[in-house]
Amino acid sequence: MEYAIIFLPLIGAVIGYLGRSLAKYFSEITTSLLVAISACLSLITFWKGIKSDIYGNYLIFEWISSGGFTANWSINIDPLSSVMLVVVTFVSALVHIYSIGYMSHDPHKPRFMSYLSLFTFSMLALVVSDNFLQLFFGWEGVGLCSYLLIGFWYKKDSANNAAIKAFIVNRIGDFGLAIAIFLIFLFFGTINFEEIFQVTNLYAEKKLVFFGFELNLITLICVFLFIGAMGKSAQFLLHTWLPDAMEGPTPVSALIHAATMVTAGVFLVVRCSPIFEYSQAALNLVAIVGMITALFAASVALVQNDIKKIVAYSTCSQLGYMFFAAGVGAYHVAMFHLFTHAFFKALLFLGAGSVIHAFKDEQDIRKMGGVRKKLPFTYIFMLIGTLALTGFPFLSGFYSKDAIIEFAYLKNSSLGNYAASVGILTAFLTSVYSWRLFFKTFHGPYNNEKISINDTHESPFVMLVPLIFLSIGAVFSGYFFKETFIGHHSNDFWQTSVFFLNEIKHDVIPLWFLLTTPLIVLISIPISFYLYIANPKVLKDFKNTNMPLYDFLLNKWYIDELYIKIFVNPTKKIGSFFWKKGDIGVIDKFGPDGISKLVKILSNKTGRLQTGFIYDYAFVMLLGLSILLTYLILK
Amino acid sequence: MNFPILSTLIFLPLLSSLFIFLSKDKTSNNSSIYISLFSSFATFLLSLFLWYSLDITTSEFQFVEENYWINNFIKFKLGIDGISILFIVLTTFITPICIISCINSVKVRVKEFLIAILILETFMIGVFCSLDLVIFYLFFEAGLIPMFLIIGVWGGPKRVYSAFKFFLFTLLGSVLMLVAIIAIYWLTGTTDITQIYEIKIPKEYQNILWLAFLSSFAVKMPMWPVHTWLPDAHVEAPTAGSVILAAILLKMAGYGFLRFSIPMFPIASEFFTPLIYTLSIIAIIYTSLVALMQDDMKKLIAYSSVAHMGYVTLGIFTLTKQGIEGSIYQMISHGLISAALFLCVGVVYDRLHSRMISTYGGLVNYLPKYSFLFLVFALAALGLPGTSGFLGEFLVLAGTFQKSYFVAMLATFGVVLGAAYMLWLTKRVIFGTVNNSEIKSLNDINKSEIIMLVTLAFFVIFFGFYPAPLMDTFSVSVNSLIDDYQIALNSQ
Repeated sequence: MEYAIIFLPLIGAVIGYLGRSLAKYFSEITTSLLVAISACLSLITFWKGIKSDIYGNYLIFEWISSGGFTANWSINIDPLSSVMLVVVTFVSALVHIYSIGYMSHDPHKPRFMSYLSLFTFSMLALVVSDNFLQLFFGWEGVGLCSYLLIGFWYKKDSANNAAIKAFIVNRIGDFGLAIAIFLIFLFFGTINFEEIFQVTNLYAEKKLVFFGFELNLITLICVFLFIGAMGKSAQFLLHTWLPDAMEGPTPVSALIHAATMVTAGVFLVVRCSPIFEYSQAALNLVAIVGMITALFAASVALVQNDIKKIVAYSTCSQLGYMFFAAGVGAYHVAMFHLFTHAFFKALLFLGAGSVIHAFKDEQDIRKMGGVRKKLPFTYIFMLIGTLALTGFPFLSGFYSKDAIIEFAYLKNSSLGNYAASVGILTAFLTSVYSWRLFFKTFHGPYNNEKISINDTHESPFVMLVPLIFLSIGAVFSGYFFKETFIGHHSNDFWQTSVFFLNEIKHDVIPLWFLLTTPLIVLISIPISFYLYIANPKVLKDFKNTNMPLYDFLLNKWYIDELYIKIFVNPTKKIGSFFWKKGDIGVIDKFGPDGISKLVKILSNKTGRLQTGFIYDYAFVMLLGLSILLTYLILK
Repeated sequence: MNFPILSTLIFLPLLSSLFIFLSKDKTSNNSSIYISLFSSFATFLLSLFLWYSLDITTSEFQFVEENYWINNFIKFKLGIDGISILFIVLTTFITPICIISCINSVKVRVKEFLIAILILETFMIGVFCSLDLVIFYLFFEAGLIPMFLIIGVWGGPKRVYSAFKFFLFTLLGSVLMLVAIIAIYWLTGTTDITQIYEIKIPKEYQNILWLAFLSSFAVKMPMWPVHTWLPDAHVEAPTAGSVILAAILLKMAGYGFLRFSIPMFPIASEFFTPLIYTLSIIAIIYTSLVALMQDDMKKLIAYSSVAHMGYVTLGIFTLTKQGIEGSIYQMISHGLISAALFLCVGVVYDRLHSRMISTYGGLVNYLPKYSFLFLVFALAALGLPGTSGFLGEFLVLAGTFQKSYFVAMLATFGVVLGAAYMLWLTKRVIFGTVNNSEIKSLNDINKSEIIMLVTLAFFVIFFGFYPAPLMDTFSVSVNSLIDDYQIALNSQ
């Protein structure tokens, strides 16, 4: 069964594409069906794990063996991977079904479905890996599928550029991950998770000299692992690819850039919790980067106008939450937030897709509004998604996000308190930008001049069914799984797959603190309504008086521009320089071309010596004779 | 075994080239193509048989043949081990593919072209079988002549300059190697390398001899800064020439390091490791950056070959199990991938007669099958896990990391650049909208092109997931190479 979970999507990807001409809906149905079966099997596996602890490691075959560097293709089912299996296959199955409707007018549907299935396979290979190399395979595999899907509309130049950008920024992260793997192999002599985790404590105090600095080995490994995670999970400084990735079709954004692939970084940190636990410095770094990202992305999301970009920055910000949860040592809470986030964020993206569909590919929220009556189902789903995201009481986001903030607070350290305050502030911002998106899309006047309001239409049934499932997840997943994931007995569930060096404290949290976040969330709803719908003039005045701040946020802190100036352009210049000046100007000039020129000149000169006149030769002979004689006499 | 199977393997292509030479096929070239295809395929099967019957649990040379050529001086000594067999199979595998590619790309003097290719095959197999320095030298340098002709006769408009540059560079290095071989004979009284391994060359001569061998291998590899002949040679060479050049000729130097430099001069190899690291790193970073800015497809791929060969030299001189195995793997894998990429360029060159990137763009609209295969090979070239390109690179880097963090980190960064130039190339050639109206009238790849590219793609992916057939073949030989090296260092 475990084999089926992993390989059904791959089979779907291959058959779905090759058999595309067999029947009209062949690829759509095959791929969706196979992934759906895989999702059901994952649920069974997950359930069996909770109920009767049935986990295991299934070997497929040995991949590579070079000295001690060995890695297997294997399927490792443990609590952590079973959670990921459910998230990945479940969301993927729904996105597959949704895509049948969303992509119905696209001539390249089979290719699209096939890529989606291939992505699912890569992601599954990533999460069930029992060693770093297979993880790396999945890691780059999802990167590839992301590249292919962002650039799916290959005629659009912007899509191609975004695809390349995503791949290369991810590669920079992969660079970190690769270095971490090399470090681990060098010191531990293995790249198998279990073997590494068993002996990590022996290396806790190990120092090594790295570029002249004496550093702690574990910290160094963790930092490089985290660089990998930052790339994949779009954390601050390596986040620039994620908003651009919205060039891809919306179902892709929901699956890859919200629910699954981008959470791989969080998964990596949690998976490596037995290593991270031995390095407080690395954990602090994780927490700080997480906080910066959460706040930064939320601030940018406040002013964006593209519906998908807002949700993308929101994803970025929520990933920041997960990281700072992991950074304060609450790995299980990070996973819980990952779990709930997958539902409501996929819901929001697919809902946004439905809106875009209704507006005939319009993505600017300034050109929407007032369509809540025309799109009643989408309206309700988006409402559920927004409520869940903002952490409205008793919806899924409420349980997971508040738990993060509470755990940070319980940490009782200065960093913990700082993290908790950033968490609360970000929760407020999240709420504001989410309601802004919601109100501007569905409330207020109708603002689109190209399409009349009567032409907007609700999405077809096939697109709404997945939204129903996701809504159920977004509403209930928090409540139902709270005990299992983060309750007092959560250790029984996670077992050894999540490692805590010190027992987690379950202290009592003061009531005022418990109430702060929900209250802020509740208050922000009328505030947002007032600012964006009832009296937008207030905000306009504020914007006009603070233009530099607004521009700064609108241009995403100018990070893209900075990167082009300091990385992209110089690289190209250096490349040309090496080519024109290095290869042609120096090596060739003084190498082959120089030698041939020299030979030519010399042969010209020596050629001139052969005058052909007998007296010239006689003179040279005489000269030679006299020099020789002089030499002999003087000797 | 009494039957001289290695000599048969070496001279089979030569014999069939004689057949083609004598055949009176004036009206059409079909029979020459069939003869050469048949013979090269037979050679391939024979080499597969060799691989199958090779005992991979020992590092001894096998199928050894020994005949005196000149009494008491040069022996015609052949033999193979787990490392050389893979290069032989690579050679015999690539040659039929080259011959198939001639069907579409060579229009004049087909017969002579095939003869050149087959003679070249003989020399290349000879290089990988030789166990005598003089024989090795002869095969190694003789390979220049057919290649020189292939570029000079069937090449592009600037073929004379390129052929001259190619010849000048390679000859310069090989003259020094010849002097070194004579010196070795003078020192040890033999040119049989198995005896030289035993005798051990005195420490004080090792450095200078090592440098002389390097001067030849560095040019063939090619290493920075003697790499500039390669882009020019590739640009002007016909497709089949580029394929052989990239897939096999470049591997002879890497093989030379493993077979000659390290076992014969272990102390010098240790001494010069920093030099090799420096040149390799420059090769990886520098040529990747240069590749990024190319506007000629063949040049871009040629520069990327230099960068990939940088990983090979880096890995060999880490002298770790992972490093050397990674290097050999990288060479085999690069043999497949670069061959495929040059064939891909050949496919569109045959149709539009332009190598410029700007001529193309949006090919996926009209040549979907071609575009798919191109993408597969581009991804393999940038080292995507699941393709053979990944494992070699990754093992080399893991090996390098054990020796120097700094070098390994720079080399790993080269992987990012690799992704940049390959994806940018793909974007400009394959994706986007069609700007050149001629593209609209192009046909997608035909049957012979599909056979070539799909076969290559199959092996690129197969060996990415299941490298064991290759890894197991050379594992024991690599172990003994490293052990001997360690013993030599400890006993100095």
